[in-house]
Amino acid sequence: MTSLFRPYYIIQESEMAQPLDYNRRSRLKHVDQVFRSEIINIIPLTDMEKLFQLRILDGAERERFSFLPGQFVMVEVPGYGEIPISISSSPSHKGYIELCIRRAGVVTGILHKTRRGAVVGLRGPFGTHFPIERMRGNHILLIAGGLGLAPLRAPILNVIENRTDFHDVHILYGTRQPDMLLFNYQYEEWNRISDINLKVIVEQGDESWTGPVGLITDLLKKIRLEPLETYAIICGPPVMFKFVCAHLQREGIPMDRMFVSLERRMHCGMGKCCRCNIGSTYTCLSGPVFDYWTVMNLKEAI
Amino acid sequence: MLFKVLGKKEFTTFIELLLNDTEVIAPKQVGVDTSGKPLHQYLPVQAFTEIDLSYETTEYSAKTYFLPFRENLSTCSFLDMVWDRQIKYRVQPRAIIGLHACDINALLKLDKVLAGDRFPSPYYISRRKNTFIVGIDHDPCEGGFCQAVGADVVTHGFDLYLTDLEDRYFVAINSERGFNVLQRVKTREPTARDNNDYLDVRRRIAGQFKPLEVHNLPNLMDIEFESKVWKKWADKCLSCGSCAMVCPTCYCYGIEERVSMDNAESAKVKQLYSCQFLDFAMVAGGHNFRPDRETRLKYRYYHQHRGFVEAYEEPLCVGCYRCGRVCLAGINPTDIIGDLQTEYQE
Repeated sequence: MTSLFRPYYIIQESEMAQPLDYNRRSRLKHVDQVFRSEIINIIPLTDMEKLFQLRILDGAERERFSFLPGQFVMVEVPGYGEIPISISSSPSHKGYIELCIRRAGVVTGILHKTRRGAVVGLRGPFGTHFPIERMRGNHILLIAGGLGLAPLRAPILNVIENRTDFHDVHILYGTRQPDMLLFNYQYEEWNRISDINLKVIVEQGDESWTGPVGLITDLLKKIRLEPLETYAIICGPPVMFKFVCAHLQREGIPMDRMFVSLERRMHCGMGKCCRCNIGSTYTCLSGPVFDYWTVMNLKEAI
Repeated sequence: MLFKVLGKKEFTTFIELLLNDTEVIAPKQVGVDTSGKPLHQYLPVQAFTEIDLSYETTEYSAKTYFLPFRENLSTCSFLDMVWDRQIKYRVQPRAIIGLHACDINALLKLDKVLAGDRFPSPYYISRRKNTFIVGIDHDPCEGGFCQAVGADVVTHGFDLYLTDLEDRYFVAINSERGFNVLQRVKTREPTARDNNDYLDVRRRIAGQFKPLEVHNLPNLMDIEFESKVWKKWADKCLSCGSCAMVCPTCYCYGIEERVSMDNAESAKVKQLYSCQFLDFAMVAGGHNFRPDRETRLKYRYYHQHRGFVEAYEEPLCVGCYRCGRVCLAGINPTDIIGDLQTEYQE
């Protein structure tokens, strides 16, 4: 007698044989397959943060990999775990991606101990992005607090590469102390070469600090805005973007012209594990980039 | 839909046919509770006599056969500092006999999340497509409110669906696979009397449900966001996560890496989680987005009765009441929904 049920082999589906591409969200794929990637450089930024340059080993996979500013990847260190990290490099840069990682847990701990040449796994890109295309012909405010400069660096670089498309560009960056400033070797370039108004503020100065001391909103007050011709991107802790967005709203910038990037715990990046739910909105699918109107309607967001 | 009538004797033959051919999962009595009431679970069976289709409900849902509590997503072998990854999907065919409408509806809801158009899960789809499902109609279980959430009737998501007409079964056929397997035993076309008896049984079942007011629940959840009801119930909550474990639709999980003792291999293990656990939304650095029980309990209901409705036009909850039955602290969905509905009436 023949067997009643013929086994269904999902690996025989033609979609499964296609090259792995996480940008094709609706396609069936080996969702747990990773791009093997080599750490080509590690650049210490502060005591807590390092910048990792990662290159996907397979040439064809590397060529196919593309992302937009604001998206994130899942970084897996086999034997240790997997974590979501936003991409800090420019989307037009093809050879490698840059990830700014703070030492905070198990996986980031081992990454901070690892050396150049180590091979990790990469899945992604996931999530929504900052709609830079839509911002053309406008003034741009790029505002970061603390580690928020990590996700903000991708749109910063993207704006710089297309500098002629925009009017005034302001970068405002605030941290607690001067020794916590990220990417301080790049300020000069952004400020002087790229004709950008960059202002940095700290909450507590030290002996060597000559810049302003205070909150990021103090910097904001000094800028004269044309609210209906301005877009804002704000990355930082909730308490910070709440005050910043409230200020910008008072200045008259429409809420759908302000974008924030939210942080949540994530285990999959694909809308399955529910760990990143804000209410019941998946940060990994509908975010991490949200406009401020959406954030206002997510009860748990701030 | 095609319908056939299957005699009780032929049904036994049919099940034995399945038992001889494939792994069969069915409701089986596993003991009695303190009041002497039988307890059932969906378990592998070897003989027809082990199956108890008159069961009222099972303690656990059948989701474990689609979303196992623990599943290896991939394994990594380490050799000379180089790692290599293997992924396997489960393909062995399996039959589940005797699922109730709520549990089949639960699978349809899981399909929307796990086999939908955003990152379909090969792990889930492989299990789902390799599972032959035979459902059965039943009288409402104690506490069940499936009718209120529209989960007491099922029109797809199964291969065959039985309705007991005492001396025979009325069989709904929903797949070619079901049609072909049924051809191995003697069946006949339904007569007017069969149709009549079937509709009588359905009417009898439908008339037995206790009403539960769920009108406008998604909006009510928003209005009741700061309600005292959440604190009242959360104060009892032990954060044990049992509600999510027995739930047929809870699908959230966590990933952990398990390394072998000789450090030669590691596995990426997916383990079902519960939104009631303290660290559910805790991020690196220690910040917890849901630090208190009140918030966590609220968001379980928020996801089921508001968020899922927003995304798929239907609640995630199928009203099986397993969470209410299993809760050690007596927290249950009917009382919570009832409290929310009446808070402003008092």
